[in-house]
Amino acid sequence: MIRLLLFLLALLSVRAAASQDDPMGTATWPARQAELFGDAPVVFDPRVRVMAPPVAEDPLQVPAAVDIDASLAPRRVVVFADYNPIVKVLAFEPHGTRPYLAFRLKMQQSGPLRAAVLDATGVWRVGHTWISTTGGGCTLPALARGDAEWERRLNEVWARRWRDGPHAGRVRFRILHPMDTGLAPGIPAFFLQSLTLTAPSNRPLMRLDVYEPVSENPVFTVDLPPGTSPASLRLTGRDNNGNLVEADIP
Amino acid sequence: MKGMAALPVVLAGLIWATPAARADEYRLDVRSVAPDTYAVIGATEDFDSTNGGNVVNCAFVVTAAGVLVVDTGPTARYGAALRRAIRSITPLPVVRVLNTHHHPDHILGNQAFADVGIESAEASIAAQVREGPAFLDNMYRLVLQWAAGTELHPATRAAVAGPFELGGHRFELHLLSGHTGADLALLDVTTGVLFAGDLVFHGRAPTMPHADADAWLASLDRLANLPATTLVPGHGDVTRPASVIAATSDYVRWLRDHLEAAAAAGLDLTDVLAQTPPDRFRPLAVIDAEYRRAVLQWYPAIERRHLYRPRP
Repeated sequence: MIRLLLFLLALLSVRAAASQDDPMGTATWPARQAELFGDAPVVFDPRVRVMAPPVAEDPLQVPAAVDIDASLAPRRVVVFADYNPIVKVLAFEPHGTRPYLAFRLKMQQSGPLRAAVLDATGVWRVGHTWISTTGGGCTLPALARGDAEWERRLNEVWARRWRDGPHAGRVRFRILHPMDTGLAPGIPAFFLQSLTLTAPSNRPLMRLDVYEPVSENPVFTVDLPPGTSPASLRLTGRDNNGNLVEADIP
Repeated sequence: MKGMAALPVVLAGLIWATPAARADEYRLDVRSVAPDTYAVIGATEDFDSTNGGNVVNCAFVVTAAGVLVVDTGPTARYGAALRRAIRSITPLPVVRVLNTHHHPDHILGNQAFADVGIESAEASIAAQVREGPAFLDNMYRLVLQWAAGTELHPATRAAVAGPFELGGHRFELHLLSGHTGADLALLDVTTGVLFAGDLVFHGRAPTMPHADADAWLASLDRLANLPATTLVPGHGDVTRPASVIAATSDYVRWLRDHLEAAAAAGLDLTDVLAQTPPDRFRPLAVIDAEYRRAVLQWYPAIERRHLYRPRP
């Protein structure tokens, strides 16, 4: 018995040494790393900051933000929650915005929320935080399912830009969408899939791939770099049923 | 496998040892605060499996016609302990029981008073019925074995606002709102004691899950004008009314204005969570946890008012 245990322990330590130890202490990290990044190099990096409340009492609307040191020049950022039944939350490409995004997600149980940044050298740099929650966020029906109005207002955009003050350059937008994960009994997956914020020149400023765990009626916060002030912004996108999102944000 | 065989023995030992220790007996802090008037003061903490949810104040008035009870506590076992405490002070029967509002720490002891018939505001009764089952589940999760045997017994009698007399005490029942959709405050005109429920917190940050700031501030103004000399808050020590009513107003007003300003300035929910309340609120128990909770509960609705519908 003891010999078998020692053998298993030895096996585990060899496995752990193959990748970097998970500072969050999860046993599933090697599997997550393999499924999300394959053989690409992955390191933990404090310059990738993930912010969320330590305790999230509402597992359907857990607020989070990813704020990345500009020196990393991120090409793509993947946000994921290790213990969610659908692990990937969203991905974004901050082509013309500050490397920052705030959003809300559903958490099925307590666990890490992480962001992995693909830097200019092809290395994934991972930051994270631990969120404790009562759980059940992914397998509950959207609140809108109890309300007859949502179909008529689907993909309605509410937004605002801040042109001066301490948050000059900030853009916030909210899209009415049930964001059904497909995990609640009898309700198929129905969720926003892609969103793009573009400048009048058609230059994409922020591209977002959205997955099922993003919260119902999602709210996003994006920052344009200081000093840039395009006359108007356009938000476009679609959900997995082909319904379009279109709004000009003056 | 020899070591494994010992394990069930150890576990059995633990199971036997637990009931003998009786670590889960409520020790109620019953204080005489005025003639005939007792307040049962809980800790200014969050619910946990150590305090058993004894984080709330209940109270009772021993009149010549029997005992009037204000709130029943967080569990059936607490309610039973409260009833024993009353019995140890007077042989008179409990004749009226009020729930100041529908929050679980004020109503889940109702079971021990179900024979009396429990009164609350009509909207509070509806809220007890609607939200009680979820409250009960959550109480079991938070305080574990302390909640054993607790069942939901919503109040059944709609409280009527206004003056009434009971056993030589003249009372005024005030039907207010703001902490929840329906909050009762009871003034004992005879002794000058005001039972404010959770409209007033003393030395502890207010909880906000069903709060409406404007209604709450209006209710606090009304309480400030009552001829009370002693105030029993829903949480925290008994004190004189004026300063503690003003302190609760100060916090509710600050929080409302702070969140409005944050939404107008474009702050994300995560930005607001990262802020901390000003120094004058630092002495309040559990201020950081309650601030974060209130932000999570209030900010989404406030920020929505600061977003516009652009043309599609």
